[in-house]
Formats: sequence, structure tokens, C-alpha cells
Amino acid sequence: MANGTVVAAAQPHEEDFYHYKGKHKGILSWLLTTDHKRIGLMYLAAMMVFFLVAMTLGILMRLEMLTPGPTIMKPQTYNSLFTLHGVIMIFLFIIPGIPAVFGNFFLPIQIGAKDVAFPRINLISWYLYIAGGAIAIFSLFTGGGAADTGWTFYVPYSIRSASNVSVAVFGAFVLGFASILTGLNFITTIHRLRAPGMTFFRMPLFVWSLYATAWIQILATPVIGITLLLIILERAFGIGVFDPALGGDPLLYQHLFWIYSHPAVYIMVLPAFGVVSEILPTFARKDIFGYKQIALSSLAIALIGYLVWGHHMFTSGMADTARVVFSVLTFLVAIPTGVKVFNWVATLYKGSIVFSVPLFYVMAFIVIFSVGGLTGLVQGALSTDIHLTDTYFIVAHFHYVMFGGMGTIFFASLHYWFPKMFGKMYNEKVAMIACITFIVGFNMLYFTMFILGYMGQPRRYYDYLPQLQGYHVFATVGSWIMVSGIVLMFGNLLRGLLKGGKAAMNPWSGTTLEWKVPSPPPVENFEEIPVCTGGPYVHGREIYIMHPGKEEAN
Amino acid sequence: MNQHLEAAANQPVIHRDDTASKMGMWLFLFTELLLFGGLFLLYAGYRFLYPEGFKAAAMELDVFIGTVNTIILITSSFSVAMSITALQKNQKKLAVYLLIFTLVCGLAFLVNKYFEWSHKIAHGIYPQGPAMENMSDGEIMYFGLYYVMTGLHGLHVLVGMIFIAIVLGMVVKDKITSTNYQKLENSGLYWHLVDIIWIFLYPLFYLIH
Repeated sequence: MANGTVVAAAQPHEEDFYHYKGKHKGILSWLLTTDHKRIGLMYLAAMMVFFLVAMTLGILMRLEMLTPGPTIMKPQTYNSLFTLHGVIMIFLFIIPGIPAVFGNFFLPIQIGAKDVAFPRINLISWYLYIAGGAIAIFSLFTGGGAADTGWTFYVPYSIRSASNVSVAVFGAFVLGFASILTGLNFITTIHRLRAPGMTFFRMPLFVWSLYATAWIQILATPVIGITLLLIILERAFGIGVFDPALGGDPLLYQHLFWIYSHPAVYIMVLPAFGVVSEILPTFARKDIFGYKQIALSSLAIALIGYLVWGHHMFTSGMADTARVVFSVLTFLVAIPTGVKVFNWVATLYKGSIVFSVPLFYVMAFIVIFSVGGLTGLVQGALSTDIHLTDTYFIVAHFHYVMFGGMGTIFFASLHYWFPKMFGKMYNEKVAMIACITFIVGFNMLYFTMFILGYMGQPRRYYDYLPQLQGYHVFATVGSWIMVSGIVLMFGNLLRGLLKGGKAAMNPWSGTTLEWKVPSPPPVENFEEIPVCTGGPYVHGREIYIMHPGKEEAN
Repeated sequence: MNQHLEAAANQPVIHRDDTASKMGMWLFLFTELLLFGGLFLLYAGYRFLYPEGFKAAAMELDVFIGTVNTIILITSSFSVAMSITALQKNQKKLAVYLLIFTLVCGLAFLVNKYFEWSHKIAHGIYPQGPAMENMSDGEIMYFGLYYVMTGLHGLHVLVGMIFIAIVLGMVVKDKITSTNYQKLENSGLYWHLVDIIWIFLYPLFYLIH
């Protein structure tokens, strides 16, 4: 559709992309940019705002749970809080997070391209993302007040609720478009713009994971689009497709919802897997173990992950055959995921490990994610799931995999690529303290929830039995520790951004292409399109020819 | 590669990749298919649940109008494909006429649809309408899906017509030529998608009794 990026005149020593003088000046040079790096940073800025808002909502919820009965808010407020916390975190932070920020910034550089295939569509995606977020926020203050259905918008309550469900749902619908267009852009970019010599099996694993993610974005997101649209139509016209009063079947809503929302779990976590596969070989100073297995397991996860949605509905009323099939398929997803974890650990084996902050986050991730993954199997098994459905156990599980999986790696990527994105360095000692504080608080908060769930604390409840108070207080204190870790981390990064020393071109001795260009990169990344002669994680030998023309002449 | 760099050194050049453009369009069409896929899934589920109600409700539809609309859409798909070939053979005038013909077909389809819908609405057959009170759950479901699916399809016909009108303008102004026709081809692909979805809607609503 849009293939009209203007290739500017190539100069011998280009300025970095912050100082590049384009058609527009000042704020417009950002708002009208088609540079994938600037768009990535604009996503980062917007996402940080949304993340901090949703984190505050989470803290308030935990504070409410400090004592049984009302503590600081009314039950209706609590219902709105967990809905918003979920909607903002999932649709505005976790799903777009790594692809939109780090994918946009590094995908073209890692494959040796000047930009994505459709730079203008890339900018449109950002505006759709902002519009969707704005509509979701707008829904809080208008109509019948903030939606109180939970982020799943289950019918029939979402049809009957007097709160502002239609507007919130429309926000999520618009965000879906942003996600689809980004996926479409990445697939085309990976197929069409790889540098000469870079075959599919020479691509960095981050690119592989973005490729698998992009396919899920394209093949799953439209299903939620139509489902959310039907909720709006149902509320506006009463067409009846989901309304039991008119013969509709609420179970069909749940099927359609999870046909998207389970694969969406892999949209969230696959890019994080990709980042882990980048960081480990860099700090182990060693080629990744089992490159092809990691690359293909991403595709296997994407494929099987598409077929397991029914495990969200084990207690909703499905046929026994369906439940057993979905349970078996759920267990199958654990296999490619296990392949990845074992390959990561094997990469560290006999490596010359350099303990830096990004690696620290990754180590924490491997442990936390394994806990999250294994407790997932507890719920994938039919008999135990019946007991644990809709308790804090599931809340703990998905925070371990989503926040512990995607969130931790988002922080790891920030620390890993910070010097490249901003050309500045942060204080590593403070970053390490922040990381440890975060991990301690994280486990206090969410591991306690496993125990609470096992003891029968239901999710989304405003109140609890007095004998559970000890656990709730422990978790709430954990949330304070975790948040101080996060605040310290952001403060440290912000200080690095403003006052940090200049970062070198390759501070971590990374081997992929982004470490072969200046920090921050010039406006079109490369003076010349490089040529690739081997796999991405080879230490001690130059794989990329950065000036193919000149070296030939010499 | 070197030629490209020399050209870049002298003046800004437009980066053009027709294959990427076509690939992007195909990926977008996948998403459209899955958008309707959700609705087809609902149709299948409810047809299985309410076979009698669906049968009774389908009798209400006018097979004649449905058939005429099918013929109109298939013809328009043919004309848009011919316009691409005409442009490739440098017959700009013919290409323009064929695109105008496609637009007229799209308009005729929507006019038919308008009369069909308003006829139903006049009889009180619409969600929450007076005629629906005496209907069974299956019939209500049938008409709910009928309005959503043909309505969403109608919206796609409208969007397709806008795309074709835009490329028509570009052909007239020589921005789309026999060597640079990817935008025309992409609009044509979109029009074929609109067509193929109708080819499934037509038997599901009008023909199966």
C-alpha cells in the first residue's frame, strides 16, 4: 500500500537520529516522523505513562486488601480498578510492549535495513495505539463510569452493566488495529528487507520471535475485533447473538474471546523469549546453544498456542471430550517452551559469564518464568484446575508469566539496549540494587497469592475471611517493596538519560548488527547496507561486512 | 546496490517495493477473512443449535434480489481484474471505463441492499422490532446474524468503492501507470475479497432452506 519512504542523501558521517534535520522541526519532527527509531521511542514514552497509571491502580487494590472489609474504597470502585488495571496493563503495555518499542527500534537494524517495509503505516499504528489508549481513558470519566466487568468483558454481564463498557471495548478494538498493522509491517519487513547474505537461519533470535509473534497478531487479533464489535452492537441494538434472553449462547462469546486472548498470551511472551536469546549469548560470551531449536520452537509455540484456548473454560460447561483435548494440547505447549529454557541454561554452561544488570534480570526471569510455567500445568490438568479456578492461584500464575515473563524482560531490554537507544550509560550498581529489590518484592507479592489461592481466596473479591489477613498483609508489603524497586529503576535510568556518561558503540561486546553502528544510531542506521556472512552470535570473528563496497575496492 | 547509492547521493529517490506492497495487502486480507471468520463460527454454532428457526427465517429472504446482487458482484470482480490487464497493456482509457463500471456495480449492489433492508424493517423485522416478538429464538438469531454479517459486508463494499475511486483518480492523473500499478492491483485484491465473502454469505442466508 504505502511504499513511499524518501531515502535521503547518503553522507559519509551521518548525525545520529536525534539531531537529524528533517522536513519538520521541534515536536513535529517526532509526531510526523517515519523513522522506526523515533516511533519506537514514542511508543516507549506513551507506554511508560500507561504502565505507571496501571501500576498505581494495582497498588491501590493491594492497599484495599490490607484489611478485611472496606479499607480505602467502595466495592464498585474496586471492580472498576481491577478492570482498568487489567485493560491498561494487557492491551496497552504487555501486548504491544516489546514489539512496539524494541521491535520497532531494533528489528530493522538487526536485519541490516534502513527502516521497516511500510514506515508510514508504522506511524499510523502509533496514532491508533494512542487513540485506543485515549478512548479507554476517556471511558473512565464519561457515561455510566468506568467499566466494571473485568478485562475479559464476559457476557451477559457486559451487556447489562450500566457502566461505560461500549467505549472501553471500542478502545480495545482500535488498539487491535494498531497491533495488526505492526504485525503486518514486521512480517513484510523480515521477508523483504534482510541484508544480503542474511538467510532466515542467520537472523538474530529476537527477529525470529518477532516473526512468530507477528503471525499470531495477524491471525488472532481480528477475532477479538469482531467479538468486541458484537458486544457494542449487542449493547446498542440488542441483536441477541450473545444474550441468553434472546437465545444467544454466552459460551460462544467465551470461545471467541479466548480464541484471540490465549494466543495473545504468546504475543506477550514470545518477544520476551527473543530478548532472552539475545542477552544470554552476549553475557556468556558464547554462541547460543541450539539456535535452530530456539528459532523453530517459537513457531511451534505460536502454532500450538493457537489451539489451546479451551483451557480457560474448563468449568464453563464444555463436553468432556473437548476438555480432555484442550488439556492435552495445553501440556503440549510446555514442550517447545521447555526446549527454550533448557537451551538457555545450556548456553550459560561453560560460558565466560559477565554479570551485568541485563543478565541479572534474565536469570531472575528464567526462575520466575519456570515457576509461572509449571503452575500453568497445574491448571492445565483438569482435576486440579476445578479446585483452583477463579482463585488467587490463577492471579499469581498469570502475574508470574506475564509480569515475571514479559515485564521482567521489558526491564532487561531497557537496561540492555539503553546505551544504544540513548547513547548514555546508567549507574550499574544502583540498577543492580533496583533489580534485586524488584525481584524480592515480586516474589513476596505473587508467591503469597499462590498460597492464598490454594486456601480458597477467590479472585476479584473485595473482601476476605479474617484468618487470611496475615497473607494479605505480607503480599501488600511485598507490593510496596516491588514498587520501590521499580521506582528506583526508572529513577536510575532517567538520571542516566540526563546526566549519564557517553556510552560506547558496543558496551557489552554484543555480536549482532545493532552493536556495529554508533550509539545512538544514525538516521538511516547504516552508511551502506552491510553483508552478512554467518550466524548472529559468533564471538571473536567479524560476521558482518559493514562497508562492502569499500572493502572490495581495497 | 551501487547504482542505488549513487542515485541517492544526487537526489532523494522514492523507495518502491511492489512485492512488499502486495505481501502487505495479502496479510491484510487474511485479517479480514478472520474478522468474518468469527461471524461464520457463530453462524455455524447457531445453525446447529436452531436448525428449524434458521429454516423458517430463511424463507423470508428474497432469493431473487440475492441472486441479482451475486451476479452484480461477480461481474464487478471481472471488470476490476480486466482494468488491471488493460492498464498493463497501456490501454488507459479502457482501464478507466472498467473501473467506473466496477464502481457502478458496487453502487447497484448497495442500492439493492438498501431496498432489501428497508423492506424488512418496514415489516418490523429488525433487532428488537415488533415482528420479532412472535419469532422463535432461532429466527431472532438468524436475523441478528443477517443484519450483522450483511451489514459488515456492505461496509466493506463501501470501503472497497472508496479504494477504487481513489485509484481511479490516480489512473486518470497518470500516478498509476502500466509500470507502476501495484496500488490498482491491491485495490482489486480488496474488491475480490469483498466478492468472495459475499459468495459465502449468499448460499448461507438465501439458498439453504
